Amino acid sequence: MNLKVPVAVSDHSQGPEDAPIILIEYGDYECPYCGRAFPEIKKVEKHFGSNLRFIFRNFPLREIHPYAEAAAEAAEFAATKGVFWEMHDNIYLNQRLLSIPTLIKLAEELNLSIADLERTIEKRAYESKIQKDFLGGIKSGVNGTPTFFINDQRYDGPPTFNSIVASIEANVK
Amino acid sequence: MSQILSPGTKAPEFKLNVTPDQKLSLNELKGKPVILAFYPADWSPVCSDQMALYNEILPEFHKFDAELLGISIDSYWCHTAFAESRNLHFPLLADFEPKGAVAKKYGAYQEKLGVCERALFVIDKEGTIVWSYLSPMGENPGADGILEALERLSKKKKS
Repeated sequence: MNLKVPVAVSDHSQGPEDAPIILIEYGDYECPYCGRAFPEIKKVEKHFGSNLRFIFRNFPLREIHPYAEAAAEAAEFAATKGVFWEMHDNIYLNQRLLSIPTLIKLAEELNLSIADLERTIEKRAYESKIQKDFLGGIKSGVNGTPTFFINDQRYDGPPTFNSIVASIEANVK
Repeated sequence: MSQILSPGTKAPEFKLNVTPDQKLSLNELKGKPVILAFYPADWSPVCSDQMALYNEILPEFHKFDAELLGISIDSYWCHTAFAESRNLHFPLLADFEPKGAVAKKYGAYQEKLGVCERALFVIDKEGTIVWSYLSPMGENPGADGILEALERLSKKKKS
């Protein structure tokens, strides 16, 4: 399977734009498998340093994860204040406690407006962006979370450091 | 692996239980595109992911006026519990007695294991299969193929 939606400026991205390795995750903030993959990805990023660009796209499974969408809204809201990755990381680090009060607490720690966050969640302010990520994922063959793409190719191995690194080393010249 | 019915074939008619006292036939859905998703079993991890995924995409399927039906050999009691636990908003049909009879008509029955294959069919509003896909049993086939088939159908309608 190939990625159908090319990397764009609207994507949340870490690492240099011209990095030879692009790792994309379609993730859900409440998905336990994404939670377990989170530290693995951090290690992968550290391992490849400036050779890797990491991109996160939303794929909330709203029907089975009641807070997935609110968490995605909170991260998108944080992005508009320049602290997407701080919020993203903190949500995964606090995934077991994920709830609206937890999201508020995380926003508070980042000096974000609580009232604005509450309004964002209530009005689903970033729904169209989140849905665009989701649909693009479906079209690219995302069939669950987390799903990764390494330079536009879907990666079907386990979401572990060793396996991802091995696949990158085998496929990216 | 089985040989499933291919595009161009008239979709075989069926009438199966959705709940203990409610049956659904393919004929009742005439006039709308229908997505049939045969799957091996309620509760098994891959199936759950696949059905949970389709549940999320349901609004997209509805944009094409399409109806999604899940089919397995599980009984309607099992389906009811599974649908409730996963919050599923589409019918699950019980191909229970005679076991797998409908799946067999579609070539989507795995004799050795005694379960439905993981097979997808998109049927147009006149009742003809326009797309089908047999997935390896342990693999969640996703929904990209279904959406592409529905897109092609809606374009054909317009032209």
